[in-house]
Amino acid sequence: MRELELYFGPQHLGMVGNFSITLKVEGDRIINATANPGYLHRGFEKLMEYRTWMQNFPLVCRINVVEPDHMELIYSMGVEKLANIEVPERGKFIRSIYCELARVGSHLFGLWAYSNMLGFDTAANWAMYHRDLVLDLFEELTGARVYHIYIRPGGVRRDFPEGFEDKIVKTLHSIGGKVPDYNATFFENRLFEKRAKNVGKITREQAIKMGAVGHAIRATGMKYDIRKIEPYAAYDKVEWDVPTREGGDAYSRLLAIRDEMIESVHMIFKLIDKMPKKGDVFTKTPNPFKWRIPAGEAYVRCESSRGELGLYIVSDGGDKPYRVHFRTPSYSHGLTILEKALEGESIADVGNIMISLYVVAPEIDR
Amino acid sequence: MSETSFLNPFKAIKYLFEKPKTLRYPFELKEPALRYRGFHLNDWDKCTGCGNCADICPNEAIEMVKIPELESKPEEGIKDERPKLDYGRCCFCGLCVDICPPGSLSLTRDYFHIHFDTDTFKFIPKDEKLDKETFVPAEKYSVLKASLSLRKRDYQGFSPELKYALFEPERVEMPQVSPEKRKLSFIEQVIGYNKDEAKQEAGRCLECKLCEEACPAHLKISEYIDAIYRDEPKESLEKIYEDNPIPSICGRICMKHCEDACSLRIRGDALAIRWLKRYAADQIKNFKEELEIHPGEPTGKKVGIIGAGPSGLSLAYFLRLQGHKVVVYDELPGGGGAIRTGPPTYRLPLEAIDKDVNYIESLGVEFKFNTKVGGDIEFEKLLNDYDAVFIGIGTTIGFSTRVKNSEKCILALDFLKDNKIGEQRKVGKEVIVIGGGNVAMDVARETIRLQHIQYPDEKVITKTVSLEDWDELPATEEEVEEAKEEDVQFNPAWGPKEVVLDENGNIKGLLCKKVKSVFDEKGRFAPTFYEDKTKFLQGDMIIEAIGQRADFSFLPDELSDKLEFTERKKVKVDENGMTSIPKVFAGGDIVNINLDAVTAIADAKIAAQGIDKYLKK
Repeated sequence: MRELELYFGPQHLGMVGNFSITLKVEGDRIINATANPGYLHRGFEKLMEYRTWMQNFPLVCRINVVEPDHMELIYSMGVEKLANIEVPERGKFIRSIYCELARVGSHLFGLWAYSNMLGFDTAANWAMYHRDLVLDLFEELTGARVYHIYIRPGGVRRDFPEGFEDKIVKTLHSIGGKVPDYNATFFENRLFEKRAKNVGKITREQAIKMGAVGHAIRATGMKYDIRKIEPYAAYDKVEWDVPTREGGDAYSRLLAIRDEMIESVHMIFKLIDKMPKKGDVFTKTPNPFKWRIPAGEAYVRCESSRGELGLYIVSDGGDKPYRVHFRTPSYSHGLTILEKALEGESIADVGNIMISLYVVAPEIDR
Repeated sequence: MSETSFLNPFKAIKYLFEKPKTLRYPFELKEPALRYRGFHLNDWDKCTGCGNCADICPNEAIEMVKIPELESKPEEGIKDERPKLDYGRCCFCGLCVDICPPGSLSLTRDYFHIHFDTDTFKFIPKDEKLDKETFVPAEKYSVLKASLSLRKRDYQGFSPELKYALFEPERVEMPQVSPEKRKLSFIEQVIGYNKDEAKQEAGRCLECKLCEEACPAHLKISEYIDAIYRDEPKESLEKIYEDNPIPSICGRICMKHCEDACSLRIRGDALAIRWLKRYAADQIKNFKEELEIHPGEPTGKKVGIIGAGPSGLSLAYFLRLQGHKVVVYDELPGGGGAIRTGPPTYRLPLEAIDKDVNYIESLGVEFKFNTKVGGDIEFEKLLNDYDAVFIGIGTTIGFSTRVKNSEKCILALDFLKDNKIGEQRKVGKEVIVIGGGNVAMDVARETIRLQHIQYPDEKVITKTVSLEDWDELPATEEEVEEAKEEDVQFNPAWGPKEVVLDENGNIKGLLCKKVKSVFDEKGRFAPTFYEDKTKFLQGDMIIEAIGQRADFSFLPDELSDKLEFTERKKVKVDENGMTSIPKVFAGGDIVNINLDAVTAIADAKIAAQGIDKYLKK
């Protein structure tokens, strides 16, 4: 047989996002895959060195289009750690609720992308509609649908509007009520099982070795979740569980995502119950024009919807960060793990595997 | 989990009978949320043009543009500039809304603008009050026509709320001696910030520089405040010295025009600029040893200055830095002029004055105290001996009310001067102060103290009578408030009619008449009274504090005739500070109408340049 080199993306129809993979194929089988990132490099880490501590938080959210919220969170957490700022109790709960909503919204988006890719358009359209309901909540809370620019260093920018908790509960109930239908059309659909099972399989050893995080590692049966390991915001204030799956293939990754969404919704209900009813939502930070943070460095991490998200941030005592570096989950998922998972698979499953790993291209390049 | 099946998906068939969820835009619309961050809205009446929105914008989408039809009012902290948005850059983060000190900027819930011309995306936001054409009522609005030039009225979204603002509206409270304690002695009332307090207060400054335009002497306020914030008091003081050589004095008694213009004052407290200046001056214990300011290369020119008040002192300093030789004459035993005799010790101790004066002296300025020009030395001699002469004599003669028996009264300036640098006056138990200005407040508050010192544990009363009513009192609000705290009684809107004497010729009280109006329709001082409405105020001592004038008797007649005055009876000077007499310059209270130290410094700055130019001719 003759080996062929195939350029998959960024213009390829089966590609989601500005990303490309060079495939070496023999017939329909992939012998070797090389990821080519760089189509979305906007130089965020450099841009941040030119903006003050306060000016940066509207910028960071743009690193990840799908789920900007955890970017805001991680930046704020980094600044808070450097400047030694404590977030008020209510602010912490709001952050957790907000981030779990973001996780649900983001996973619904991922579910859309995945089911759409496999041709399950019914479930895809539902997911998109339900994500819109979550965006409605964000719009009401923050004033924007996608780039919320809501979590600021010190806390969050605005308190919940009147009666917002009830609206969250109502919306989540209406989405949660559709879980049986999602199961029927997608998760318990034999076609999905046929397409996804044993596809893009990675073992737990490989996952650990190659830096898999989030649902990718939880789908290999490992309970790895930063919210549990290193609780931040209000995640240590309520009881919740880390759902895992065995198998390490696209099928178990998707089921892990579904379980995670359900767990998030339950967690939001518990958080709303336990949240202090009154209080500050942010700690006053110094005047943004004069804010200088003592020299030092910090590494913080949180669990985004794609997995562990890290931030290394350095201050030289000035009014701007000296250096910022993001450790994004899509970086390992999209480069090393994807290359490994694609080996021996068919060309038709490239999108399947890539989206099951939830690779978000802008996050790789930054 | 149940088994997967090929048949499961058919359960979704029931959805065929449901209504579609998709909105049929534009026939079905979705109302944006109440906090929606759409296009900007700016209330021009509230906007001060401070430019903080442009400074915070992470994308540099906002630029401040001059609006020709607007008027710049630096003394009120209002600029003729308004923000202009570039929606090609704006990311709708709303930081501009959260930093806006007056709260004029907000975001609306509309976000439609479609145009082929990219220039239309640059846009100066206004609001419905100002721009009735763009902002139309809901019934005239349609998304099909919506754009930046057709927007819906009363459609505010993300709005400025003080509790979420990015600045700190509240001032760090200045520690002060309590009224009960301070009225018993002449202890300095204001204690001064400590390092942490000063840094915290300095940290509130937004660096919009409205204050610098309002300050008559245009001090580089934001820079010296920033130096305090960075804990560099020496750098801060040197910055102050560039424009103001009497920081210890001004840090205590400046009329703080800057704080009236501070953009933070609109929704909170103005930055405590005066107290921060005082902090910088107090931090440096020995100006001479620590400051790196040096006199200029000698020019061989000599300038004589009459009066060691704020204008004379400042001019001496500025000229010295230019290298000229300077001699200052004053009839008082020390520097400061009116500042030395007027402001009571609880506001301005002599040590603070001497600290500034001594530093100016250490730079090589020669002071001749206890030397009265026109007495100890003739003015003509100065004119002959020096290459230029500056008159900064201030106003030293107090006015009297000239009502019946007013010769029994005491004049405020003499009273204050004796208490400060002479022998303390004996006061009555019930004292009436005529006047409603700052001098009257000084007199009344000094009287209260003297009464408590001289009559311990006895009932004592001090009351003021002023033509002006509460809302038009010329004294600063702060002074009036503090006087009230010290139990000074007020009788606003009453005018003196007659000083009533008892059979021994001693003062028994003051008969007052009700004031009809203080100013005429042109705003000039022309009081009118209800002659029939009178009130008798009991008292055994009356002090008149109703104004003062300059004493030009030292000028020989031929020069006195040549000296020109303005309509407001001020000495006329040209743009170089020169009077109508060649080589004679003037400044301070005899020239400006503000009658305060910082304006005197401003005059001195003008004169310093004028004299330098004149001497180099």
